Amino acid sequence: MIRVFLKWGALAALVAAALYLILALYVQREFVFAMLFLVLTASAVAVFVSKRLYAHRYIFPAIAGMGLFVIFPLMYTVGIGFTNYSASNLLSFEQVNENLLSRTYQSEDVRYDFKAFESEGGYVFYLEGEHQALVTPPVDLADGETRAPVFPADAMPEGEPLAIRDIIQLRQSLSELKLVTDDNRELSQASLRSFAAIHPQFTRHDNGTLTNNQTGETYFPNHDTGFYVNADGQKLVPGWTVNIGWDNYVKVVADPSISGPFLQIFVWTLSFALATVLFTLALGLVLANLLQWDQIRGKGFYRTMLILPYAVPAFISILVFKGLFNQNFGEINLVLEGLFGVRPDWFSDPALARTMILIVNTWLGYPYMMLLCMGLLQAIPRDLYEASAMDGAGPINNLFNITLPLIIKPLMPLLIASFAFNFNNFVLIALLTGGAPDILGASTPAGTTDLLVSYTYRIAFQDSGQNFGLAAAIATAIFIVVGALSLINLKLSKIKV
Amino acid sequence: MAMVQPRSTRYRVLASHLGMLAFIAIILFPLLMVISISFRSGNFASGSLLPENPSLEHWYLALGIPYTDEAGVTTQPPFPVLLWLWNSIKVAVVSSVLILALSTTSAYAFARMRFAGKGFVLKSMLIFQMFPPVLSLVALYALFDQIGNHVSWLGLNTHGAVIVASLGGMALHIWTIKGYFDSIDRSLEEAAIVDGATTWQAFRYILLPLSVPILVVVFILAFIMTIMEYPMASVLLVDTDKLTLAVGAQQYLYEQNYLWGDFAAAAVLSGLPISVIFLYCQKWIVGGLTAGGVKG
Repeated sequence: MIRVFLKWGALAALVAAALYLILALYVQREFVFAMLFLVLTASAVAVFVSKRLYAHRYIFPAIAGMGLFVIFPLMYTVGIGFTNYSASNLLSFEQVNENLLSRTYQSEDVRYDFKAFESEGGYVFYLEGEHQALVTPPVDLADGETRAPVFPADAMPEGEPLAIRDIIQLRQSLSELKLVTDDNRELSQASLRSFAAIHPQFTRHDNGTLTNNQTGETYFPNHDTGFYVNADGQKLVPGWTVNIGWDNYVKVVADPSISGPFLQIFVWTLSFALATVLFTLALGLVLANLLQWDQIRGKGFYRTMLILPYAVPAFISILVFKGLFNQNFGEINLVLEGLFGVRPDWFSDPALARTMILIVNTWLGYPYMMLLCMGLLQAIPRDLYEASAMDGAGPINNLFNITLPLIIKPLMPLLIASFAFNFNNFVLIALLTGGAPDILGASTPAGTTDLLVSYTYRIAFQDSGQNFGLAAAIATAIFIVVGALSLINLKLSKIKV
Repeated sequence: MAMVQPRSTRYRVLASHLGMLAFIAIILFPLLMVISISFRSGNFASGSLLPENPSLEHWYLALGIPYTDEAGVTTQPPFPVLLWLWNSIKVAVVSSVLILALSTTSAYAFARMRFAGKGFVLKSMLIFQMFPPVLSLVALYALFDQIGNHVSWLGLNTHGAVIVASLGGMALHIWTIKGYFDSIDRSLEEAAIVDGATTWQAFRYILLPLSVPILVVVFILAFIMTIMEYPMASVLLVDTDKLTLAVGAQQYLYEQNYLWGDFAAAAVLSGLPISVIFLYCQKWIVGGLTAGGVKG
C-alpha cells in the first residue's frame, strides 16, 4: 500500500516539476523547448502508467536520453540551417523591440547642474536648472540604489557640497542613477557637474515602424532580412532571427568566398578519411599477419607494444605530437636537422601540415585495425595456406589471393564505420592544427587542414563569425553523408534484431 | 600441424623480428620522448632521450606544488592539473554509473521482451549513434542554456550538463550488453517466473549476477570514453576550475605561452593511469569495441 502511494507521489511530483518547467519556457516564448519537454513528460507518464507499455519502462530512460541529446539537437540544427541565426540576429522579434525601445538618449536642452551633499542614510542631490531647482531625499548609493524621486526645492540643502574628486569616486554608481521627477520624466548624469533629461530613443507606431526621436528618421521592419531598415538602407543592430529558406545553402554553392573554401575542405575531408582508412588498414593487416605467424616468438610482448598508441588517451597523444612537431622546439625537427639538415615548417605549409595529420592519425588508428584483422584472420582455415605453399606461392601471393578476399567482406562495415568516424574526426584537427594554415580569401574562418566538422565548428563558435545558420546548413549536409554511410553499413553488416 | 616450410623461412623470421622491433621503436619514440622531456629542466631545453641533468621541476608543478630552483626563483603551478583530473574522474564515474544503469535495463528489455517497434528502435539507435555530437553543438548549447535558466545545476558551465549530455551516447553500450544477454540461456529466468518471480526480480536476481563481466567492460568503456570526450565539454565548460582534463590540457601549448616541459609531466601523470587501465583490461575492451564501433 505504502509502495503504491510512494510511486504515485513520486510520479506526481515529477510531473509537477516538469509542468513548471514547460510553463516557464512557454511564458518565455521558447515554444520549441516547451514542446520538447511536453512530449517527453507526456510519454514518460504514458509509459509508467499504462500496463500495456510495461516493456517500454525499461527502455524509456535510454530512448529519452537519445531523443533529448541526439535526435532533438539534430532536428534543431537542421531547423537552424534555414534561418539567419547568428551573432547579429540572435534575438526574437519581441526581444529586439524590447531592446530597442528600452534605449534612451540624453537631451541637450534640459540640463541641471548638480551638487551632492552627504547626509544621514546616503547622499542628497540638489539640481539647479534654468527654471526650477530640484532635490532628492537621501539616496543610499552604497546600497546599490539606482532610482530615486526628485521634488521641487526652495533652497539648497545645508552643509558643504562634495568636492569634485569625491564625485569622481562615486562615478560608477552615479552613472547608474536615474532620478524621476513628479511628472515622470527621467534624469541621468550627463557630466561630472550636470544631470540631463533622458528620452526614449525610439517610438514604435501602430503600423510597426520605429521613429528615432533624436534624428526623426523612420525605420521599417524587414521580415525577410530580420532588421529594422530606414529609407537609406541603414540597418539597426541587433536584428532578429527569421526564416530565410534555402539562402544558406545557396550561399555555400554560389558565393565564391564560401564555395571555394567549402569545396577545398570537402575534397580534403574525403581524401583524409580515405587515406586514413587505407594507411591504417595496410599497416594493421601486415602487423596482424606477422603476429599470427607460427614462427614468431614473443607475440604477447609485440602485441602489447603495438597497441600502446591505442591505450594512451587520444587528447594526450595528439597534444604530444603537436609539441614534437613544433618547428623551433620540437624534437622531430631536431632529429631531422641532425640527420638531413632540414627544419620543415609543419604548421604553416599546407602540404606538410596535411602530411603531419596523416602521420599522426595513422599512428593513432592502426592498432584498432590490427586488432580487427587479428580477429578475422583466425577464422581463415589454415589448409588454404598449406595448399598455396605446396604450389609455391609466397607471402605476397597469399595476402592478395587468400587473406584479402576472405576478410574483406566482414571487414567492410567496420571500414565504413572507420571512414565515417574519420570523416568527422574533430578532436584530431581541433587539438593538432586548429585548421591552420588558413585559406586566403575566405569570408568565413577556414583552414587548409580543416575537416568539414571543424569548419562548421569554427563558423559557429569562433569569435569573428558566429554564423550559426550557415554552420547548421553545412552540418545538415554532413548529416546526410553520415546517414547514407550508416544506412549502407546497416545493409552490409546484415544485423539481425 | 606440419606446415611445408620453404628454405628461406629462417631469414624471413629474422627480418620480421627486426622489422617489428624497428617499427615499435618508431612508434614508441613520441611516448618515450614525453617521459624524458618531463624530467628536463626548463620549457625550451633540448637534449638526448636520457636527460643529462634530470630535474623534477615539471613534476612538482604538475602535482600543484610551487617549485623553487637553485637560484631561488619560485615558479607557481600554471594550471590546476590535479583538479582537472579530479573533474574528469568525477564526471566520468557519475556518467558511467548512469550509463551502466540505464543501458542495462534497456538492454534487458531489448533482449528478453517483445514489444512494438523493437527492431526499428534498435536499428535507428545504431544509425543515430554515428552522428557526431560536434555538429549539433549549437543546439546542445541552446538546450542547456534553456535548461540552466530553470535548473541551475544542469545549465552551462556545470558538470551536470556534461554528465547528462554523455547519456546521448548510450546506444553502443546497449548493443554490447544486449549481445551478451542474448548469449545467456533464458530458461533459468523462465523457471523463476514460473515459480512466481516478477520480471524485475528475474532480471535483478538471476540475469544481473550472471552478467557481471560485461557490466565491468561497459563501465570501463564508458569511463574511458567520457574521460576522452572533448567537443561537448569544450563548449559547455568555461571556468578554468571547472574544466575536464581533455579540455584543459591544450592550454599548455598555446603559441604565446608554450609550456612544453610542464605539459609533458602533466601528460604522463594523467595519461599513465588511463593507459594502464586500458592495457590491463584490453582483452575484454577489445571485444566490446570491435563488436560495436570505433574508439571515440
